[in-house]
Parts: sequence; C-alpha cells; structure tokens
Amino acid sequence: MSRLFGHKEHLVRMAGLFAAGILVFLLARALFVPKGFGTYGHYRAGALADNRAYPVKFAGRDACVECHTDVPDALKAGKHARIRCEACHGPLAAHAQDPTKAKGVKPDPKVLCVKCHLANVAKPQGFPQIDPKEHLGPNCGECHDPHVPGQEPQKKG
Amino acid sequence: MNEALAAAVQGFMYPNEMELQWSILIVLYPYITGLVAGAFILASLERVFKVQAVKPTYRLALLTALAFLIVAPLPLQLHLGHPERSFEMYLTPHTSSAMAMFGFVYLWYLMAVLVLEIWLDYRKEIVLKARSSTGPMKAVYKVLSLGVDDISEEALRLDDKVGYALTVIGIPSAFLLHGYVGFIFGSIKANPWWSTPMMPIVFLFSAIVSGIALVLLMYMAVSVLKGQEIDMPCVDTIARYLLYAFIIDFTLEGVDLLHRIYEADESFASLDFMVHTKLFVSQILLQIIFGGLIPIGLLALTQMVSLSEKARKGIYVLAGTATLMGIFAMRWNVVIGGQLFSKSFLGYTTYKLDFATREGLLPAIVLLLLPFAILWGLVKLLPPWHDETAEKAV
Repeated sequence: MSRLFGHKEHLVRMAGLFAAGILVFLLARALFVPKGFGTYGHYRAGALADNRAYPVKFAGRDACVECHTDVPDALKAGKHARIRCEACHGPLAAHAQDPTKAKGVKPDPKVLCVKCHLANVAKPQGFPQIDPKEHLGPNCGECHDPHVPGQEPQKKG
Repeated sequence: MNEALAAAVQGFMYPNEMELQWSILIVLYPYITGLVAGAFILASLERVFKVQAVKPTYRLALLTALAFLIVAPLPLQLHLGHPERSFEMYLTPHTSSAMAMFGFVYLWYLMAVLVLEIWLDYRKEIVLKARSSTGPMKAVYKVLSLGVDDISEEALRLDDKVGYALTVIGIPSAFLLHGYVGFIFGSIKANPWWSTPMMPIVFLFSAIVSGIALVLLMYMAVSVLKGQEIDMPCVDTIARYLLYAFIIDFTLEGVDLLHRIYEADESFASLDFMVHTKLFVSQILLQIIFGGLIPIGLLALTQMVSLSEKARKGIYVLAGTATLMGIFAMRWNVVIGGQLFSKSFLGYTTYKLDFATREGLLPAIVLLLLPFAILWGLVKLLPPWHDETAEKAV
C-alpha cells in the first residue's frame, strides 16, 4: 500500500475533514462574535454605549413641576400621589426642553383609566375597578379628576 | 381583551396563560427526536448486543434516524422564526442554558455518531459504486469515499472496529439526545404537569418504543414496495423488543400517574379534572387505550398464541401504527396539556389549531412527511440492502 497511512488512510482523511470543520467553526467564531462580547457579562459591551446614545424621551417629574406648580399639591391629596406624570401623559422630554415647540397631548380618560381600572378578578378586591358597560357616564373625566381621584364622584359644573 | 381568547377560557386564567405559546410544532419536535433515538437504539441492538435477527433493518434504521434527525430542529426554527439566529447559539453559547448546550449534543450526535457510523458501514458500497457508476454519480461517490478506494479486508476490519466503538458511544448519546427533551420539560418547576424527574426517563422509553415501531413499519413497507419477502424472524424479533420496551414505558408512565394520584398535591384536582375533560380523548382514549393497552395486548397475543404469518403481519402493522399514534398523543398531552390549565388551578383554556399558518396543521404535516422524502433520497444514494449488481460489476 503506497498511501502514507496505509489502511488507515480513509480514517485519517475523515479526521482531517472533522478538524477542518472545527477550524471553520473557530474562524467563524473569531469573525462573527462581536467585539467586546463577554467583557461585562453574556452580552456585547458596546451595547451599553449604543443604549446611551438613544435620545432621552422622558423628562422626569422634577422637570414637570418646575412649570406645572399647581399639580403636585393637588396630587398629594389623592391616591395617585405616587404615580409619575409621564406614566399617564407619555414621554415629554421634548416638551420640557422647549414647551413652545412640542406640546403635550391630553390623554383620553376613556382609554387611559381602564388600563388600570378595568375589572379583573385577579386584582385585589380593594382596588377600584369598573366594568365600562355597567359604569355610569360616557367619559370618566366628567365625574372624576384623575389628579385627585379621592374626591369624587361628583358632576363637574 | 381579545374576545376570541376570552371565549376559549373557562374559569379564571392569568392573562398570559390564555393563549398557548407552544404549538403543534413543539409537539412534533420531541416526537421526531424520539423517533431518531428509538431507531438508533434498534440499530445498536444488532451492532452492540449482537441480535442477529434484526440485521436486515440495521441500515434502514440508521438512515431513518439520520433522515429524522435532519428534520428534528426544523419545527423549532419555524416556531421561533429567524432561523439565521440559531447559529449564534453555537457562536456564543451560554453554559447555564440547557437549550444552548443541547445544540452541541445535537451536532455531536448528527456528525460524530450518525453520519460517521453510516459512512463507515457503507464505505465498501461507496467505493464499489465509485468504481462502477458513471457520470455525475461517480463524482458523488468518489467524494463520499474521500478519494480512498481501499476496501481490503484489513481496512474493512478497521471500519468495523471504529463503527462498533461509535455505536457504543452512540447509545449514551442517543439517551442524552432524547433524555434532554424530557429534561427540558421536567425541569420547568412552575408547571406541575411537567415538573417531575421521571420526565427524561419516560420520554426516553417512549422514544425507544416509537423508534422501534417506526422501523418495524418502514421495513415491512419497504419490503412490500420492493416486492421482497418480509423476513419473519426479523419482524418477530423487532415486535418482541417493541413489546418489552412498551411494557417498561407503560409501567414507568403508570408509576408516574400512580405517584401523582397518591401524592395528590395542590395541583392534582385541577389536573385530574383536565384529564377527564379537555384531555379525555387525547390522553385516556388515544394515548392510554388505543395507543397503549391495545398495541401491548396485540403484541402480547403474538407471544402467547401461535398465529399464522399473515395474522402476525397484520397485527404488527396495526400495533405499530397504534403505537406511533399513541406516542404522538403522549407528546401532545405533555406539550399542549401542560398549557391548558391555569397556575391558579381555577381555570382552563383551549388550544386552537390553525391550518395554513406558520404554526398550523399544514406545516406540521409537511414537517412530518419531510423525513420520508429525505429518507427516499438517502435510500437512493445508499441502498440499505445488499447491492449485487454493483459487486458483480467490479
């Protein structure tokens, strides 16, 4: 037998094929695994900088109360005291930056209120919840003031 | 709330439980993987445990295992979407994820065990075909032979030795392959229908049962299609092993059931209700009675009573088909059943099977037929039966 490995030639070639496969895998790893992967954890370190580069969308309550000075006092009295402004009004960083350029949109109470107050047996019994089909009034805002939810219900003039 | 979803719910369900996330494709995945493991274990009976009677099915079992293993990850790819991302699991695997680590088990089993074992077993025929064929097929066989046409006795003895070692390694690999599938369900501690250490063992034995049944039916079908006589001692032996494996599998599932009934933990009343209502057809009728007790009874009958060849053939076809249906029902009951009840144990939802959607019945049928198409191609390329014409040509 003239072959280098005698009767083992085919096995050596198959082993070579497997070795080549492993080599291709290692090359693919070197090529495709993003730089910085695993520096801080099982993710790409550069993802942190990417996230930081996103424009800030929320202004934060402190920015809101700088101008809307009357709302914090009203909120204090009600059950919504701990809810942040932008939880209901949406992200308003642009408005806080320049109120003349970007206006906040007043939320529609019919849509907004039921997001939390729609009846569901999974909610704690003490939590106020309604079935919109049975609950009176076409619009929550007519009887309830979302900034002071404890004072109602009473028809506004 | 989506009206259709709400209509599917009885009693109370948490919002994230109403819609099933794991569809029929996830039922197919353990089913197909199980067929692979079972077919391979049947093949190893001949190779390692020297059960000569099942020799005619050895190669068919290996090719069946390969055809089904190639299809095994496809239901997952279709379910998840973005198949290109699955490659990343190999590039940056997370060692704490069983699913990520299993990617390597799958690759090991496919390449190092099945492909290599088939190659070694067929090398003589590949070389002979490379010598005798013409045209593009000659090139194909030449590439498959890796350019080595040494089929001397010494070289073939070496192949046999390495092949034997591979089969020995292959058995625990096949156990790992399907044990994992049970493990992934058994380790979900939030779900009492799944969370039991019995799960990997039950999955493994049901895999063996389904794989043996599949090869039994395939062998009989192929023999009929080729106009060959069915080797009765061979099918009798396979049927006997099918019975043994089925008894173990059925007993294990029975022990699990008994344990659940006796333990009767806080989930029991809810699960018991589910088995008697929503899962009654698929669990009691299809899995336990028609897919378990009846095939076991039929197979046991062939062992106890002396029956004619024709009757035995009929019983094997019937028992094999019932077995495959029963094991499919078992996968269905695990995967779908595990998502029908609420973690609050106060409500149930319904699984709506679509037809021509990404996770509907149609792709499931296609995925279940695909391995047979692949197997047809494999059989054309590497006939599992003795090819006399090629040898004569040389």
